[in-house]
Amino acid sequence: MPIGLGYFSVSFGFGIMAVSLGLDILPTVLISMTNLTSAGQAAGVKIIADNGSFAEMALTELVINLRYALMSIALSQKLDESFTLKNRLGVSFGITDEIFAVSSSQKGKINALYMYGMILISFIGWVSGTFLGAFAGNILPEKISLSLGITLYGMFIAIILPALKKSAGVAVAVAISCALSLVFEFVPVFNFISGGFAIIISAIAAAALAAFVFPVKEEDES
Amino acid sequence: MRLFIYILIMAGVTYLIRMLPFTLFRKEIKSKFLKSFLYYIPYTVLAAMTIPAIFSSTGDMLSATVGTIVAVILAFFDLPLIVVALAASLAAYITMIM
Repeated sequence: MPIGLGYFSVSFGFGIMAVSLGLDILPTVLISMTNLTSAGQAAGVKIIADNGSFAEMALTELVINLRYALMSIALSQKLDESFTLKNRLGVSFGITDEIFAVSSSQKGKINALYMYGMILISFIGWVSGTFLGAFAGNILPEKISLSLGITLYGMFIAIILPALKKSAGVAVAVAISCALSLVFEFVPVFNFISGGFAIIISAIAAAALAAFVFPVKEEDES
Repeated sequence: MRLFIYILIMAGVTYLIRMLPFTLFRKEIKSKFLKSFLYYIPYTVLAAMTIPAIFSSTGDMLSATVGTIVAVILAFFDLPLIVVALAASLAAYITMIM
């Protein structure tokens, strides 16, 4: 339930943003139905608004969503025997940051039906939020729609901090990742690296360093 | 038509990134380093996406900073995602209209 509501509020922000960039309601909702990802969709509609090339779209989505490949590998380690090929093809559509966070923190193996249920709830929240956001985008005062721009990041902070409190490894990993991300953004030498690549490089370097210095004990990883 | 191709590319690339590793990866990872790496990666990805982008997420830095501080405090006390997200948004809005 919190996931469905969380998705609703974030996709509401996405709907507002897409409409403000000139997209109609229908394609905006179609994007949410087929993508189910916050950062990738936000970057995608910006490219559509700028009339960018198809190659730029493909590359941007690849880089921004590359983390899902890592999450998919991590989750693939916890699947029980209910995961036939068909279920793997189906469930993989719905591997998002939040669903990964929830399912990877479960103790023991995960079940396909459990995943479908969670994905369905987030799908409904995501698509209905997008529709209402796009709809309200034309009505809401500018300051309200601007202030909703922070919701997605607020959710990310709410995922990171509780884990960071409990684990020195997570705290160090997050601190390094933030520091590298800031370096890429503000040190002029690195300006040639785009935002998507900067995120991937920061995240991989920080996770590798933390994994080297703070290897996870068996009971933590569940 | 062009809009349709854009959406097709977005959806196709995003699905393949999720589907291929999830479907093809059948072996159990034994390496302690790789296991630890995969444990840390979601947190480092989310962190790099949030910092510094959150400070420009509302269009002006002051309201975004106030929203960030509120989010960090509430998240520290384990409040639900939706509460943290909306409180950050509300704090940013109040800052804007003051």
